[in-house]
Amino acid sequence: MNMPELDRFDEWAPEEFPKGYLCNAGTSVEYITGGWRSMRPVWNAEACTNCMMCWVVCPDSSIMVADEAMTGIDYDHCKGCGVCVHECRFNALEFIREDEAEVA
Amino acid sequence: MAGLKELSRKPEKLAPGHRLCGGCGASMAVRQIMMGLPDDVEPVVGCATGCLEVSTTIYPYDSWNVPFVHNAFENAAATISGVEAAFKGMQRAGKIPADKKMKFIAFGGDGGTYDIGLQSLSGAMERGHDMVYVCYDNGAYMNTGIQRSSATPKGAWATTAEVGKVEQGKQQVRKDLTSIIAAHGVPYVAQSTVGHWKDLVSKAEKAFAVEGPAFLNVLSPCPRGWRIGSDETAQICRLAVDTKFWPLFEVENGVWKLTPVREKNLKPLEDYLRPQGRFKHLFKPENAHIIEEMKADVDAYWAYLEGRVEGSKDATSPIE
Amino acid sequence: MTTTKLFSATGNQMIAEAMRQADPDVMAAYPITPQTTIVENYAKFVANGAVNTEFVTVESEHSAMSACVGASAAGARVATATASQGLALMWEELFIAAGMRLPIVMANANRALSAPINIHGDHSDVMGARDTGWILLFAETAQEAYDNTVISFPIAEDKDVQLPVMTTLDGFITSHAMERCVMEDDETVRAFVGDYLPANGLITSPTPLGAGMFANGDSYMKSRYMLRRAIQDSLPVIERVGKAWAEKCGRPFDVVDAWECDDAELVVVVLGSAAGNVRHIARELRAQGKKVGVVRPRVYRPFPVKQIVEACKNAKAIAIMDRADSLGGQYGPLAVDVLGALASAGKSAPFHNYIYGLGGNDLTNDLVNKIFNDLEKLADGSLGTGGVSYLGMQEAEGAQNIWLG
Repeated sequence: MNMPELDRFDEWAPEEFPKGYLCNAGTSVEYITGGWRSMRPVWNAEACTNCMMCWVVCPDSSIMVADEAMTGIDYDHCKGCGVCVHECRFNALEFIREDEAEVA
Repeated sequence: MAGLKELSRKPEKLAPGHRLCGGCGASMAVRQIMMGLPDDVEPVVGCATGCLEVSTTIYPYDSWNVPFVHNAFENAAATISGVEAAFKGMQRAGKIPADKKMKFIAFGGDGGTYDIGLQSLSGAMERGHDMVYVCYDNGAYMNTGIQRSSATPKGAWATTAEVGKVEQGKQQVRKDLTSIIAAHGVPYVAQSTVGHWKDLVSKAEKAFAVEGPAFLNVLSPCPRGWRIGSDETAQICRLAVDTKFWPLFEVENGVWKLTPVREKNLKPLEDYLRPQGRFKHLFKPENAHIIEEMKADVDAYWAYLEGRVEGSKDATSPIE
Repeated sequence: MTTTKLFSATGNQMIAEAMRQADPDVMAAYPITPQTTIVENYAKFVANGAVNTEFVTVESEHSAMSACVGASAAGARVATATASQGLALMWEELFIAAGMRLPIVMANANRALSAPINIHGDHSDVMGARDTGWILLFAETAQEAYDNTVISFPIAEDKDVQLPVMTTLDGFITSHAMERCVMEDDETVRAFVGDYLPANGLITSPTPLGAGMFANGDSYMKSRYMLRRAIQDSLPVIERVGKAWAEKCGRPFDVVDAWECDDAELVVVVLGSAAGNVRHIARELRAQGKKVGVVRPRVYRPFPVKQIVEACKNAKAIAIMDRADSLGGQYGPLAVDVLGALASAGKSAPFHNYIYGLGGNDLTNDLVNKIFNDLEKLADGSLGTGGVSYLGMQEAEGAQNIWLG
């Protein structure tokens, strides 16, 4: 379905809205929630066994995986809740203060 | 069932960028349950008004990677039954291919399910729609700010079941919704938590495999409402199960199955209550009797479930 | 020319037949007097395989409209029927159906609202739905109930309209009384209503879509603005579809049925079945040389402002008959609409508002004669303008405009 560009949403004219306020699926990837973080999980790939426990509990679909292996953390969306760190049994995730984190 | 590695190959049904709080049990429930959907089945998801609905659909940012509909608070079951009826009617009319496979799923919080949506849910279950209804039970109206629902445990603080000089939180026991839905005689009913992915995904798989209605009641902690850390969501679920507060059970074609708690895992109820700020007043000496009452309720409910298991063991064996 | 069938039927039977011919993909409905025979008739069609419809026998009217919303959002052609308390129970869903631009067709057998409980015909129920964004059609007869229902589908489903339509008939008076009716053959109706397969349904869209989203900021107001424009702009579509059907079946269609209004000086405005009673007396008065006219909006939402103003162009006095009250407001709902229309055109004439027929209370010839007598007095100034009275309960003279004293 055609929708105008999301980043100028506030300027959409009434006529530009899809009828019935319909929305394309999955568009929230464009909305950044990483700024909510006060704590940051940091992945240690060497300690990781790819057990996927962090992936299955992440409330924010922010553990990135490919071919049955973890590839990283989606910091654009991770809110820093720490569930992944809490559930990791291999000390492969460290929880650090966001203001101490290196800016990538 | 598939292991986690295999499950991780499935397309993600819930996109990131939703506005649920950090550590929210609702989105954990959605992700794990949708992992149970077979790859050749197209879903339509409906949602009752509530945290999950609001936070995943703030226009123009839709967090659902699948077709989604929200209608109102009390009618997720009726709404998704309408979508299912559309599929059947349109297939009969030849408007959509006869071999197209679809499944219809509704999510509602405990307010939208135990309380205001109970009639709609009961009707949909009785009519036998090919749907899975999921209650993400966090034990209060969290979206409006932690008001008590009929799912709120006895003794819990809520903003409409306050702790004061003469009252100590909610005075009534939690409604046993899972049994109520089981009493509809639907093919599959189960209770699980977001901290038991294996149990939950396998129950979701069973629910999706049913032709007809299925119901899942999933303990889905709310860190804000329960006054726990946002990292404790899965952990508190394990404590709920290990203290027998939230039994894992299922009813498959009338046969009740209860997951026992191993002796080595069994913990006193206090272990579940103490980490949660909503129960902190119960640990005042003068409130000790409330914890004792809660323990008696837990034991009575467990005994009731054992009775259901015993009483249904000779029923028609469940389909695999 | 089509093959038509002449027979006697009730309004409810005729609506059920029209719905059968349109063959919706889904009907979700709940019984309530005086609508029940619509869904009973429909259940027979379902049981006999006469329709493809998935018939969802819900546990309440709220769930009926909720299921209709789900089905329509999915991309199905959807119909239902209700009345009275049932329509009231659907209230929040009516706004949602319109706000989501879902072309649901619903019959309403107009009935009183409790308390006290009463099962008979008036417009209290439907007037509660007048601002929800639904197109509202009022039938005078069983025949018109059929014709209105047939045209409801292509109106609702028109790509520019995409709004729910309520096709109403007066409880018992029209829903249950037997009348001489004509039904067009199935092929004619099916060809007229056409197929419905929208590209933006949840199960018809090639890409996944979300419906019923949350509106932040000023997007809510933008959305409601588009809804206002949609219903406003639907009037020409209603007229076009209605006229096209009229051409096929040979029965007239006008958004406002303006009887003898060209030179009418004493005008009565009335909705639904009571128009026949009023015209019966008006005919006698015309025979006596009195310039009387009867204005009956067949379309009530969108309100046909221009057509009402045109019909009242020579009016020296106007009686507006409301079969519902707007409690605490100055006048009944139809009166407010008519007065607003006249004011917007700079037109004014002495008027009186009659609340009549509540709970199926009879509208007798005597009462209609009294209205025309009052109109003469309004026109000659012996009865003051702006009054409102309960017809048959209060003398018009004794019921002057209570708000102005």
